[in-house]
Amino acid sequence: MIEAVGLTKRYGDKTAVHNLSFQVRPGAVTGFLGPNGSGKSTTMRMILGLDNPTSGQVTIGGYPYRRLPNAPRQVGALLDAKAVHGGRSARSHLLSLAQLSGIPARRVDEVLGVVGLQEVAKKRSKGFSLGMGQRLGIAAALLGDPQVLLFDEPVNGLDPEGILWVRNLMKALAAEGRTVFVSSHLMSEMALTADHLIVIGRGQLLADMSVTEFISANSADFARVRTPDTEPQLREKLSSALTEAGGHVLPEQDGALRVTGLPLPRISDLAHEADVRLWELSPHQASLEEAYMRMTQGAVDYRSTIDQKTGLQQPLPPGTQPPMPVPGQGQPGWYAPPPPQQGGHPFAMPAPSGPYGGAPAGAYGAPGAGAPNPYAAPAAQAPQAQQAPPAQPPVAAPPAPAAAPAQSAPAAPAADPTQPEDAR
Amino acid sequence: MSTHQPPMQQAPAAAPAWQAAPGGDRPGYSSPIPVVRTHLGHALASEWTKIKSVRSTMWTLGVFVLLVVGIGLLAGVAVRGSGDLSGQSPLTLGFFGLLIGIMCVITLGVLTTASEYGTGMIRTTTTACPSRGRVLAAKAIVFFALAFVVTLAVVSFVAMVQASMLEGQGAKSPSTEEWLKATLGISLYVALLGLLSLLVGSMIRHSAGAITIMIGAVLAPLVIALFMNASSLEKVQRALLEYSIPSQMGVFYDNTLSHSGPSGWEPLWIMLGVTAAAYAAAYALLQSRDV
Repeated sequence: MIEAVGLTKRYGDKTAVHNLSFQVRPGAVTGFLGPNGSGKSTTMRMILGLDNPTSGQVTIGGYPYRRLPNAPRQVGALLDAKAVHGGRSARSHLLSLAQLSGIPARRVDEVLGVVGLQEVAKKRSKGFSLGMGQRLGIAAALLGDPQVLLFDEPVNGLDPEGILWVRNLMKALAAEGRTVFVSSHLMSEMALTADHLIVIGRGQLLADMSVTEFISANSADFARVRTPDTEPQLREKLSSALTEAGGHVLPEQDGALRVTGLPLPRISDLAHEADVRLWELSPHQASLEEAYMRMTQGAVDYRSTIDQKTGLQQPLPPGTQPPMPVPGQGQPGWYAPPPPQQGGHPFAMPAPSGPYGGAPAGAYGAPGAGAPNPYAAPAAQAPQAQQAPPAQPPVAAPPAPAAAPAQSAPAAPAADPTQPEDAR
Repeated sequence: MSTHQPPMQQAPAAAPAWQAAPGGDRPGYSSPIPVVRTHLGHALASEWTKIKSVRSTMWTLGVFVLLVVGIGLLAGVAVRGSGDLSGQSPLTLGFFGLLIGIMCVITLGVLTTASEYGTGMIRTTTTACPSRGRVLAAKAIVFFALAFVVTLAVVSFVAMVQASMLEGQGAKSPSTEEWLKATLGISLYVALLGLLSLLVGSMIRHSAGAITIMIGAVLAPLVIALFMNASSLEKVQRALLEYSIPSQMGVFYDNTLSHSGPSGWEPLWIMLGVTAAAYAAAYALLQSRDV
């Protein structure tokens, strides 16, 4: 049980954490989320008594950390993976910590086995990869077999197998009745690991609720409806029918409709009454990532901008296409593309001339339109994205008459799997 | 889509356990590993493991031993060849190697604390032992003991070899007190100087910065005094000469620049006072600062 009351930390005139109050309860994995520089690590350090709060206090089991009896046996922490002396072997590092905490030396070999570092136990940790360093840090956290565990970005640098392992480890630890507090800036990771979320931005509490509550509070469920692309008038017809029935309809980029406010059977009935065939009618829940991005949008401290290279670019030779923008660079509405299994369409679409070849062809393949920006588009159509970026990157796009229709049309389907379907 | 289904399904399952967990009290999990009430002894064992498991310890102490033994024996051989010791104590010759050797002790002292800050290890250490004073005490004790034992062994070895080399070469045979000062006394002094470096490292929290400060503190007074020729500054010059660390070390060998400064065992008490003050300052800073 970790309890923070009015926790505040100032460094000079910069307030890192402001009046933060929360509880972390045992028996669950509590995710601690926030953008870079939002005060997660500072809060973690205050919990561990490394930093003294400017005001307020934080206790573990009723005691401030520095007055906690047998602290290393009650609390284990991974703060940052490289918080080890690089010249010391993994085993010596853990042994010194075990001796300091009054833990029998054989426990060191146990935890080395748990994190899978037996092979390199005698090697100096300087040569460890980031992932191995994380494992060593996790081993140190587990050393005292504590009832409260804090992990600051535990999956950083781990391979997929390691990420899965950490995820299961957290859940297993929580299932044993321990308090598990995990910080991360990856919402998708927390969605799979955490039961409860504490979200902060600019050092202030934004949300303290369970994962389910978080989603339902931050996003509405919606239905995706797709009418035959070959008959655009059906789409208009259905839109008006749904709007009349009290639904809220948003067109999506690829021609589908996003419908809120109507249950699925009702949508089907309305379509039937309007005599519109449906190619897709699927329930969707806005992703945690989406809800999180919206919540923290105003609290992001470090935001990238487009690398303009003003005056540095060579004029493009005629006939070549302007370069594709690098995904994720300088696009405020951007968020991580979905994992591959989500990227495609849920149903097999009839032939390449389907949703991509027909209606959207103009959007993708218009001459002089420059390279399509697959990331900017969803943000533009999502009503919640406040800073809808211009649809085109501000790269000076010289007309490329020969290239455009021929080359960019095949390029479009290739680009599409990376397109984030914000309706996951 | 389906990927976000798992948390949806888990959350309700987790909810009862969540609510059933007692609010303020200690939760259900208790470790099968017996809980031991830790004390300074645990911290000492831990610091001993730390200091012996990094290569810098071996390197600095290895170079220290090489310098003291090497320069000491070379000086012995050189003097023996000329044979003009003219009634001086042969122990004096051990001084030169040690003058350079203290740089190694200073470096090791600084590294013992400052490297933990450089690597971030201090956060791991302080998490494992929130009683910061205990960690500092353990570091101080382990380092002091190690530096003292190594210095005593090396200095005694060199002193004995030199004494036997120069027997019957016109050197006077040293008295018991001279022996004690040139072995036990100087070893305590060097170990204290190293401990002072350790404390400065703890205060400065930066290896290079702390080493520079310590080397400056050892050398600067002497160097400044050498060029201080104005007559009005004569007193300052004399104080700098007499109380500079090399001069104080020379006292243990009766090999000083002037005859009015500290004498006998006085340098040891001066160094003890300075180190105690530094310890108090390092302790206070460690308690109040963020790690």
